[in-house]
Parts: sequence; structure tokens; C-alpha cells
Amino acid sequence: MTRRTLEKVIPYIVLSFLGVVFLLPLLWILFSSFDPHATVSLKVPKTISMENFASVLADKTNQRSLLIGVFLSLGQAMITVVAATLAAYPLSRYQLKYKKPFLLTILFMTSLPITAVMVPVYQLFMFLNLQDSLLGTMLFLASSSLPYAIWMTKNFMDAVPLELEESAWIDGASVLKGLQKVVAPLMIPGMFTVAIFTFTLSWGNFFVPYILIQSPEKLPASVTIYQFFGQYGMVEYGKLAAFSLIYTIPPIILYMISQRFMSEGFSFGGATKG
Amino acid sequence: MNVDAQKNIHGNVQRVSYPRNRKDHRLILRSILFLFPACSLLLVFFVGPILLTFYFAFTNMSLTGTAAQAIEFVGFKNFMYMFSDPNFRVSIVKTIVFLVFSAVIGQQVLGFILALLMKERNRTFRRIIGTTVLAGWVTPEIVVAFAFFAFLNEQGTLNTILQSIGIKPIAWLFTFPMVSVIIANIWHGTAFSMLVFQSALDNVPKSLEEAAIIDGATRWQRLWRITIPVIKGQIVTNMVLVTLQTLGVFTLIYALTGGGPGMSTQTLPIYMYNQAFVNYQLGYGTAISLAMLIIGIIASLLYIRLLKVKV
Repeated sequence: MTRRTLEKVIPYIVLSFLGVVFLLPLLWILFSSFDPHATVSLKVPKTISMENFASVLADKTNQRSLLIGVFLSLGQAMITVVAATLAAYPLSRYQLKYKKPFLLTILFMTSLPITAVMVPVYQLFMFLNLQDSLLGTMLFLASSSLPYAIWMTKNFMDAVPLELEESAWIDGASVLKGLQKVVAPLMIPGMFTVAIFTFTLSWGNFFVPYILIQSPEKLPASVTIYQFFGQYGMVEYGKLAAFSLIYTIPPIILYMISQRFMSEGFSFGGATKG
Repeated sequence: MNVDAQKNIHGNVQRVSYPRNRKDHRLILRSILFLFPACSLLLVFFVGPILLTFYFAFTNMSLTGTAAQAIEFVGFKNFMYMFSDPNFRVSIVKTIVFLVFSAVIGQQVLGFILALLMKERNRTFRRIIGTTVLAGWVTPEIVVAFAFFAFLNEQGTLNTILQSIGIKPIAWLFTFPMVSVIIANIWHGTAFSMLVFQSALDNVPKSLEEAAIIDGATRWQRLWRITIPVIKGQIVTNMVLVTLQTLGVFTLIYALTGGGPGMSTQTLPIYMYNQAFVNYQLGYGTAISLAMLIIGIIASLLYIRLLKVKV
């Protein structure tokens, strides 16, 4: 082999190796979820069986926890998107005196680790009598994703041309109507991206509901799945794998949808020309 | 995009149809109204807890006993205790080891290598490898923990592979717990660095590389003399961001090793949790969280300094 071809081939070999390494930990979950007799060892199932999925999904506790997970994450995403869109409007359109320090503070908040404040958040929830409240947890999750959501939404809004809004004002629309009827529809891809992003974060969040919610019947999927692991996981590996897979599917689908939105991009150029 | 935004802002300000003062007044009022929902949420649930951290860290608050009823101000007692607490020192060391090996070295270097090798490869091939790496990122932390619990188990996937080349099974989670959580976190987080470096590498001017090739620079020289210096800014920013993300990792370690065996994987978040919710020492737990928060605040300030954003 010449040096040239070697230089061409090596990256492919290294990348293929890394790809396999990254795939390996997932294989166990994939194989075991379809195998009712799964153990902790990696084993290709003899027949593909849906038994694990059926029994996980038939369980009332699991059903409820998945629904609560959807309720928490969806509610959180909606609150975040509405609050972030409203906040982004003056930040994107007006020149305000304290805009710069405000935006810098928002940016600063995006990178603070939420884990660090969970102990005082628990105390705050006791003080506000919000402990064990799904609504309180939802509001906290919304607040923790707000800084990032505001930042993203503002950038998306900056890309919406002002001319479109102005023509709506000339036709007699108020600012709020203009935002609702002109800006928001154009920002739907951006708002969906923010919603998907924050939904995924809340859906996968274990620590926050684990700390803030105590009643077993209020726990979302992220916590139930952990308890399942402690109670049956060591015995019923197949079910644990199936539950994990069911729980992982929403983030995967949402991620793929958001990629769609991102690649389509924002083509506002044509709207102002006509 | 940025330039357009600037134009928008200026454009709006120039088109003043009302008397100037009245317009300004309405504008400010409207801004406050629009910012109100977001700001009130942030004040109660974000700024509030941060301020409370500073307050509670100086109290003897507890979940049980007399201190649960009446909170007392104890000054620097929690911090004096913290600095003499050998377990705290262990946690600091564990946190640094975890941060350095899983974030700074592991995710960054691996993400960079992936991005570099994927450049100029076949598109389908790129997509397949990219998707496998991203799968680790999209997987929720708790599931990452299960996947690695099985992967690193004595009868798990890794040992099956190692046995085929003649290496005896190792109980990774007990023998090398820190290595185990580091590997799991690298698997989970690398995609982020890979994406950052992919876009950074795409922005390296082609002309620079070409000029270097003409001058006869080797691949290695081009990497060290051109690529890395050009994307240095992104490397540093990514490093701060990944460090901040890793500092907050709780679920992965908690579900995989529970901080053990012993204290071998007890990073600051785990120690904070144990003190506050297992030993019921909320005051002391908050003091630990304040320590974490201060590290976070310093790193975050560094991060926005490095970004040099125009707002």
C-alpha cells in the first residue's frame, strides 16, 4: 500500500472503530428489550418478542408516570415558549437602557449549573408550600430553561424583518396583534426548536422531580424508571431495557424533528420583496 | 443575521411618529409588560434560590430535630466545618478528577478527533458515525446509567469482548468506579464538543490551508500551526461550557455508583445531596452548594467574557 492510500484509509478505520465503540453500550438495551429472558450479558435474542414492551406499558404505574412526564415537560415547554417570546420582543425590537446588562445576565444564567441550587430550591418550595406540587415543579423547570429560551428566541426574532410588522401596524394592528399574527407565525420553526429543546431537557431531568416530588403517584417517568431499576431491574433486565427504550424514544424523535427545522432554515428573504 | 438585527433596531428607533417623550414612555411601559412573565419566573425560581443559597449557607437549618423548627444564624460555622471536613476535601478531589478526565480531556479531545477525521469524508459515512455519537447525547442520563451498568457489569458486554482476547472479567464498577463514571460521561457528552468543533473547523478559511500546503507543510504542522490557533477561541469557550455542564452531573453518577463504593465517586453534587437529604443537614448541604455555585459563577463569568457577544 502506498503512503497516499494509507493516509486515506486510516481515518475511515479509526472512525469506524469509534463508531462501533459508541454503539456498543446501546446494543444491550436494544437486544434485551426484545428478549423476555434477557440477562445482564449481551445476547442476540432468538426471536423478537414484544412481551417486555407489552408488560411495561400495561402497568398502571408506568402508564401514569409516562403521562405525568408528558404533562410536566409539555406544560413547561409551553410556559417557556410563551414567556420567552414575549420577553424576546422588546429585547429584539427596542433600544432599552439596561438591555445590554440584562442580556448578559441572561447569558450568564444559561451556563449556571442548576444542580448547585437544588438544596435551596427545595427549601424555597417548603417555604412557598409548593413541595410535592407538579405545577410548582413545572414552573421551576420552565424558569431553569428560560434563560436559554430567551436567548435563542431573541436571535430568531432578530431575523424576522421589521417591514412585515410595520405593514400590519399600518393596517391598524396593535403591537400585540402584530406579534401574534405576523412575527409569531414566521417564528414557528424557531419556537418549535425552543419547545423541543426544553421539552427534551425536562423529560430527561431526574434530579429536579426526585427532589421536589414525594408522592409516588405524582412521579414522572424519569424517577419511576430509576425506582424500577432498584426494585426489579436486577431481576427483570428485559423489562428495564424495554422501559428505557420507551423512555428514550420521545427525545430521539424530537431531536430528528428539530434537525428538520434547523436544516430548513429561516427564509424570510422572499417575504419582504413581493 | 447580526447585521440585519442591528438595522432593525435602528430602523425602529428612527421611525418615531409620536412626540418623542410620549413614545419613549409607552415603549418602556410595553417592554416592562412583555418582560414581566419571564422576569417574575426568573426572579422567584432562579434568582431567589441563588440568593437563598447565600443566606441558608450561614444557618444551621436541618430537616429534623430542633433546628428544623427554628433556623439559627450560625455565621461561618458551616464553612469552618467544611474546610476541616476530610470528606469535603475528598469530594473536591473527586470532582476535579471527574472534570479533568471526563470533560476537559475526554469529551474535548475525542470530540475534536471525531470532528477532524469526519471532515472531508464521504457524506453517508459521516452521517452514520455522527448519528452513533449523537445517540449517546440524546439518550437521557438515567438510561445512560443503565446502559453502562450493563456494559461494565462483570458479565457485561465489555468483559465479553475482553474475554474473547483472553482478558479475565473485571467488575469495573467496583474495581475502577471513577474510570467507569468518566467513560459513561464521555460517551454521553462527546457529541456536544464534536458539533462545536465541526462548525469551528468548517469556518477555518480554505485559503490558509492551501497556502500551507503550497509551502510544503505536513498534515501535522498544519494542524498545530494553523487549525488549532485559528479555532483556539472556540476550544477555550467549549472547554468552559463543557466544564460547567460536567460540574452539574448528578444523575449519571447517582444511578451508576451512588457515589461509591465508599467515597470513590462522591463528587460535589453527590456529597451535597447526601448531606442535605440523607443526613438532613440542609444548612451544611447549602454551604456545599454555595461552594459549587461560586465555582459555577466564576466559570460562567469567564464564559461570557470569552464569547465577546455583541448584545
